[in-house]
Amino acid sequence: MQIYLPIAEVSVNAFTLVGLGGLVGLMSGLFGVGGGFLITPLLFFIGIPPAIAVATGANQVVASSVSGVLAHVKRKSVDFRMGGVLLAGGLVGSWLGVWVFTILQQVGQIDLVVQLCYVVFLGLIGMMMLQESIRALRRSSKPGHRRRLHQHNWVHRWPVKVKFRASGLYISVFPPLLVGLAVGVLAAIMGVGGGFIMVPAMIYLLGMPTKVVVGTSLFQITFVTAFTTIMHAVSYNTVDMMLAVLLIIGGVVGAQFGTTLGARLRAEQLRILLALLVLAVCGKLALDLFLTPDDLYVVQQGIG
Amino acid sequence: MRGLLALMLLVLACTANAQSLVPQADADALPVEAPPPEETVVAGLSSDSVAITASFDGSEILIYGAIKRETPIPQGPPLQVIVTVEAPSSGVTVWRKERKAGIWINAEAVRIGAAPGFYAVATSAKLGDILLPEWDSRYRISLSHAMRAFAGEVAVESAVPFTEALVRLRQDEGLYRLDEGSVSLIDQTLFRADVSLPANLVEGAYKTRIFLLRNGQVIDVFVAPINVRKVGVERWLYRLAFDQPFLYGLMSLGVAVFAGWGASAAFRKLRRP
Repeated sequence: MQIYLPIAEVSVNAFTLVGLGGLVGLMSGLFGVGGGFLITPLLFFIGIPPAIAVATGANQVVASSVSGVLAHVKRKSVDFRMGGVLLAGGLVGSWLGVWVFTILQQVGQIDLVVQLCYVVFLGLIGMMMLQESIRALRRSSKPGHRRRLHQHNWVHRWPVKVKFRASGLYISVFPPLLVGLAVGVLAAIMGVGGGFIMVPAMIYLLGMPTKVVVGTSLFQITFVTAFTTIMHAVSYNTVDMMLAVLLIIGGVVGAQFGTTLGARLRAEQLRILLALLVLAVCGKLALDLFLTPDDLYVVQQGIG
Repeated sequence: MRGLLALMLLVLACTANAQSLVPQADADALPVEAPPPEETVVAGLSSDSVAITASFDGSEILIYGAIKRETPIPQGPPLQVIVTVEAPSSGVTVWRKERKAGIWINAEAVRIGAAPGFYAVATSAKLGDILLPEWDSRYRISLSHAMRAFAGEVAVESAVPFTEALVRLRQDEGLYRLDEGSVSLIDQTLFRADVSLPANLVEGAYKTRIFLLRNGQVIDVFVAPINVRKVGVERWLYRLAFDQPFLYGLMSLGVAVFAGWGASAAFRKLRRP
């Protein structure tokens, strides 16, 4: 069933979109990732203009993270103070990111930068996940030793210290602000939630306990992507609600099945699969950048 | 004999004068000073509007008509018909990629002030055989004439490969089309052409032109508008996104939050019993 997307002004198969949403939802349910970093490049592949893919991707992330954050609030595993600081950084970052997006669009390099960002980040994350899961798979056969709660490093010695009770931390306010800022910029440029960067940064850089990390990052992601959606909608009119609704329908259903399925499968093996999937998407995007294109010319709407 | 010669000279002078008076900007209208053409076109469209609905998957337009004449069919090469359908124009930038540090990036650009988003040319015979180049450039009929001015300075050595690339890329997407021989013409009097519009259509006032040709020259033009517009939910969402972007953004958020929260609540209820 073909459906005409009112903002993207292209006609695509509705089942493809629901299926894509479902696939990404399944991933997010299985692996506990937002899925924004998969849905945006997949939208590129089926011919949605990049600016619309990014803005609508952000909207889709809101849907997939909001139910997660509600569950975490109920379980009291959200550090609201830390979330607030990350959010403050994130909003500034998102605003900066949309601004950078405008400039890149004017000089005709937005597609390149978005693709490059994806290749670099998907490559890094994919490698890290693969390495980690292979290590975990080996370790699961031997009994492991317990690590320290967190180590104090250079970022904890900065001024303006604040107490984050839920995380059990007394650290400078600047490191979380900067982490939030970086994630906000990425959210605006790549149309992702940024959980795949924020979660490692919260654990390894800020030293937050794992039990509040996921809830707190989801809290920040929900608000930053919501803000990004509004910014893109107001400045560029690039949010396609028809596209978003189809992706969300597939996504929420897929996520529920993913969660059920995830409970039955072994986590280490799942992670290897996700890592390989991420690397495959990265490889496809990288090939497009490095191989000689079929046509050297591209047409861009507008004379900006 | 002398009188006849003078008359011929007078006619020649008149037509030459009339041709030089054709304004470039309004090339679609025939010169008023010219004697009324012996053959004129009367035409109709199967529909003068196209509605883009949510399930819009392209559309077909039938353009039909007849040639009206007071005198018998003139001798010589037969009458020919060209039909064009044109979407509203907008500015586009054509980039050429270059390999820099191993990756392909957009390097040089040519900005084209106005190029139609869709342009189809249907003819009754091979275009090159029935249309003289000077008449082509006057009425901007062939695909290479579809785009108009360059916007700003042209910084590249030659803009030709860029404009050719635009036509080629849009031809590949089915947005620019030349269908030679697709206009069927019966007894030099009745004609019909079927022009299919692609699924990736943009909104706006489209223009249909029908040209009558003899000896490679345009002898009459008929122009009719086609109104292409989104309808129903498509129109509503599109207008809301551009007229009330903030409200639209809030609404997209509302849909997202509701769907995300609603789905997890529904599944929890499903699983409990």
